[in-house]
Amino acid sequence: MTLQGWFLILGFTAIVLTLAKPLGLWLFALYEGRRTPAHILLAPVERGFYRLAGIDPAQEQGWRRYAVHMLLFNAVLMAFTYAVLRLQAVLPGNPQGLAAVGEHLSFNTAISFTTNTNWQSYGGEGTMSNLSQMLGLTIHNFLSAATGIALAFALFRGFARREAATVGNFWADVTRITLYLLLPLCTVLTIAYIACGVPQTLAGVVDVQTLEGARQSLLLGPVASQEAIKMLGTNGGGFFNVNSAHPFENPTPLTNLIQMLSIFAIGAGLTWTFGKAVGNTRQGWAILSAMMILFLAGVTVSYWAEAAGNPALHQLGVAGGNMEGKEVRFGIAASALFSVVTTAASCGAVNAMHDSFTALGGLVPLFNMQLGEIVVGGVGAGIYGFLLFAILAVFVAGLMVGRTPEYVGKKIEAREVKLAVLAIAVLPLMILGLTALSSVLQQGLAGPLNKGPHGFSEILYAFTSAVANNGSAFAGLTASTPYYDGLLGVAMWVGRFFVIVPMLAIAGSLAAKKYTPEGAGSFPTTGGLWVGLLIGIILILGGLTFLPSLALGPIADHLAMIRGQLF
Amino acid sequence: MAHSQTKSLFTADLVMPAIKASFVKLNPAELVRNPVMFVTAAVAALMTVLLVVGHDPLAFGFKLQLAAWLWLTVLFGTFAEALAEGRGKAQAASLRATKAELTAKRLTGDGRAFDTVPASQLKVGDVVLVETGDLIPSDGDVVSGVASVNEAAITGESAPVIREAGGDRSAVTAGTRVISDEIRVKVTVEPGHGFLDRMIALVEGAERQKTPNEIALTLLLVGLTIIFLIAVGTIPGFAAYAGGSIPVAILAALLITLIPTTIAALLSAIGIAGMDRLVRFNVLAKSGRAVEAAGDIDVLLLDKTGTITVGDRQASEFRPVGGASEAELAEAALLASVADETPEGRSIVVLARERFHLDRAMPDGAEIIPFTAQTRVSGIRFGDTLIQKGAVDSILRANEGSGLTAAATELRRITDEIARAGGTPLAVARDGRLLGAIFLKDVVKAGIRERFGELRTMGIRTVMITGDNPLTAAAIAAEAGVDDFLAQATPEDKLALIRREQGGGRLVAMCGDGTNDAPALAQADVGVAMNTGTQAAREAGNMVDLDSDPTKLIEIVGLGKQLLMTRGALTTFSVANDVAKYFAIIPAMFVALYPGLGVLNVMGLASPQSAILSAIIFNAIIIPMLVPLALRGVAYSPMAAGPLLARNLAIYGLGGLVAPFIGIKLIDMLVGGLGLA
Repeated sequence: MTLQGWFLILGFTAIVLTLAKPLGLWLFALYEGRRTPAHILLAPVERGFYRLAGIDPAQEQGWRRYAVHMLLFNAVLMAFTYAVLRLQAVLPGNPQGLAAVGEHLSFNTAISFTTNTNWQSYGGEGTMSNLSQMLGLTIHNFLSAATGIALAFALFRGFARREAATVGNFWADVTRITLYLLLPLCTVLTIAYIACGVPQTLAGVVDVQTLEGARQSLLLGPVASQEAIKMLGTNGGGFFNVNSAHPFENPTPLTNLIQMLSIFAIGAGLTWTFGKAVGNTRQGWAILSAMMILFLAGVTVSYWAEAAGNPALHQLGVAGGNMEGKEVRFGIAASALFSVVTTAASCGAVNAMHDSFTALGGLVPLFNMQLGEIVVGGVGAGIYGFLLFAILAVFVAGLMVGRTPEYVGKKIEAREVKLAVLAIAVLPLMILGLTALSSVLQQGLAGPLNKGPHGFSEILYAFTSAVANNGSAFAGLTASTPYYDGLLGVAMWVGRFFVIVPMLAIAGSLAAKKYTPEGAGSFPTTGGLWVGLLIGIILILGGLTFLPSLALGPIADHLAMIRGQLF
Repeated sequence: MAHSQTKSLFTADLVMPAIKASFVKLNPAELVRNPVMFVTAAVAALMTVLLVVGHDPLAFGFKLQLAAWLWLTVLFGTFAEALAEGRGKAQAASLRATKAELTAKRLTGDGRAFDTVPASQLKVGDVVLVETGDLIPSDGDVVSGVASVNEAAITGESAPVIREAGGDRSAVTAGTRVISDEIRVKVTVEPGHGFLDRMIALVEGAERQKTPNEIALTLLLVGLTIIFLIAVGTIPGFAAYAGGSIPVAILAALLITLIPTTIAALLSAIGIAGMDRLVRFNVLAKSGRAVEAAGDIDVLLLDKTGTITVGDRQASEFRPVGGASEAELAEAALLASVADETPEGRSIVVLARERFHLDRAMPDGAEIIPFTAQTRVSGIRFGDTLIQKGAVDSILRANEGSGLTAAATELRRITDEIARAGGTPLAVARDGRLLGAIFLKDVVKAGIRERFGELRTMGIRTVMITGDNPLTAAAIAAEAGVDDFLAQATPEDKLALIRREQGGGRLVAMCGDGTNDAPALAQADVGVAMNTGTQAAREAGNMVDLDSDPTKLIEIVGLGKQLLMTRGALTTFSVANDVAKYFAIIPAMFVALYPGLGVLNVMGLASPQSAILSAIIFNAIIIPMLVPLALRGVAYSPMAAGPLLARNLAIYGLGGLVAPFIGIKLIDMLVGGLGLA
């Protein structure tokens, strides 16, 4: 580990903390439906959308209506993308003349992008036409991110409102978030990326003569704009197959830093928005603190493991850390940090190959995802997942102050507990269940490239990434089979919407409740004690469930590595 | 019953029936009420079957021990519940005996003749005659007569109380005995639904319904069980990948140690014991819901008289006017009070003696003028002398004409001063001449200010309710240290105040006894009716205080909090325990697949088998070890939520994390030493 490495990690953390409030304020304006500077240009567009769709943005929806509209919206979008991919060959915008995308791959990809997962069972540049990328996929980068943030708003309203029947208007939320937050920010980021050398063109291929005199075809495309939303919306689906490791996607350490920051930006901002919405910004800071502590713990383990390297190689005289699968322009610290950021949030972009990480370096991203990506997390999804744990933490320990547990002024009762457990149980059920299934079925066993615990990690990682809607790939697993495409598709769908619906039900139930004013007798949910308690509950309830699987995967892998056994 | 003695938890007469009952409670129909323990029992049964039909590499003796400890885990849980119930059963038995012997003299048509029927045949509206020595057959209201009644059967207090028709002392309770005179009682409840029946059900815990909080907690425990079922159920698949298999017995052991058996086993015992503590405290809660609500109280409405101040006012000062000396006033006040046997009158006599060594002697031929509601003046006349004592306005009215004198003006000023100081003035006049006023002071109870301070740190606001004028009320409120007061309060004002507080999201507790308190008692989240109160009040409240001591409201809140804290503490402990158990069983289970995983055996347990056995043993014996805590409740002292959470998290959170590491290690050494595995 180096001083520069730690400087990068701590500097990154400091910038994230600094960004939380300004972005939180921006998000809060959208949460409240207030005007932002972007309204000057875009307000007519917003009104135009509503008029076109016949929507009254002021009409509030109860949680059920909100949920149904959200589900319909997502189902229609998914069907649309499926159609675009299947019809790719006959649609325009296909300069390479690519064939239609296969059935199971289209199914998997449509779900993947709808659920903000962006799991890619295909090589981006070799499978998708420009139209498919821009219309079929990029549309989701915006809308699935906006959906996530809208859902977080709905839950915030549940906590903030008193004896109310409604949690907002889904269409208004999605439209405003897309127009006034994602679009302006992406425009700025795109320009920044272009300035840093990321291509932005509709030309398909450029033939160049290399220094050695050979001719090479370089694939280009609208990369910069794709990068902007890919990170900001925690989508993670790259233009190129190797994602942010590709020099056109992520050419310099500066773009690397901007990419990492834009992954965390909205998630961190939403914690502040939450605090503001419930009338006490310290509530938001407490959540962000717990997140950042978990984050730094993960980075420390990962960076340490990667910097320590592989003892087997050391014996062969190769000194230093583990550089396998990493880009030299980023090095160990920036790669380890990126891997933790992208899995802490549900982004899934990679700038190095996680499969080539040391076992413990690979364990951290895995564990991050198994916690449900609540360490900052996906846009919207991170905070609502975290709040589910907060509800459980308040319930488990809240009784210890001798009162019915309350969180930010709302009593946590049987209904909330039931729904929170239901939502949280989806993760272990799908991740562990599908991994176990694939560990015994022939189709499943055909997937992993490696043997032993490392091969097991590859299967575990794939399902974890899918269920948690991360989309990062451990690589090493051949996932473009009907078995994996189908099962991972189901995993992504369940992992997203089977969490969302109970979560929205909680929002509805909380909104209907009275507000209990906080006093000296109320359970304290700011302060260090609460932060510690949250971390404890998250690690015990969220983490311990996965200990057996981790023991048989990365931990066994790591211990074997120490003894010089590799898989 | 309801003697406030503290009985030892583990006496033979409690433990033996509880052991028996703990086997009876293995009945699946009953066990299913507690899903976690039901799962444990199902797994224990599975293990028992596996002893016979299983073909795995495990030694029979090892599997036998596992099965035995699993059954013990279940039995420890049912034992804890049975023990908690047992403590109430003895009380219930004596109440039942009382109930069995009740017969009624039911009055027939003409109102004089009666037929004797068993109490169980009485209907609402029947009127019964109860004579000296009779037990009152049913709850009801006295419709005529007055009698002294011994209510020891209900309250444990042997001093008789007066019950009379009309007013606020008309309610009588079945099972209490008339010890003088006779009364006619109109039956107000159906047989089997009276106070006595409710008490029997309550102390027995027979009709115990799960409280909202208990339901939520049970749901959480079920959820955790499902999550751990998934975690354990998927292990065989993982193991198959690694080219091995895990015996079902080991998986079963892991499952049982991970699911929250500790809190599940103790959950109902905690609830029963919480109610029981209240009963021992001579307070009957009509539902567990009320006890829980007590813990959530934000606002306490307390009646001034009897709660904040001692019931009676005390003379504390003589304030002469119009040139009269203090001694002169004291002498006149003393003479006016010689025959006054009210506590206030006696306190005047005492004060006069203390200040001027005046003795109480009735002048010869003196005539006492009694207090009447019309004149509101009392006094004494002897010879030519007339001394009057009474409310300032009444004295001024009785001595019409003196109202304009300088003395009257001065008296009014003093009156205001006294009121502002929280006192009540009594004016004294001698032969039409105003002498001054007696300062009757409301004496705030010793230590009550500190109690309110404690309540404030706990985040509970106190509101004093009084009929006094706002001036007096403000002064007493300041002296007692309450947060707010409601002066010249009518029952409607009380009700409005409760509604207002509730509208702001706060929970309100109050106590009351009169019929006009009933609406407010019903509206309050915790309404404690005094047992001496009317039937209407007792019906409206959700708790009845058998001692009729309104101060208890404060303790009731404490008991409610203690109940919730005990539940939370054991839940946290139970969940925190899982970490150590994982570290005991995971390496033991997987070391055969990947020998490297032996390093996870941080406790250095002797062998995989002894590790698993030790974890299962720890998981089982922690239940009886925590039974005393569950039944007595966690230590409770009033403090703010922050420090309270810090303390409990340190004890039950960190303790729960660390304790099993030590416990399992010790058991492992013992298991090794005894050669059990």
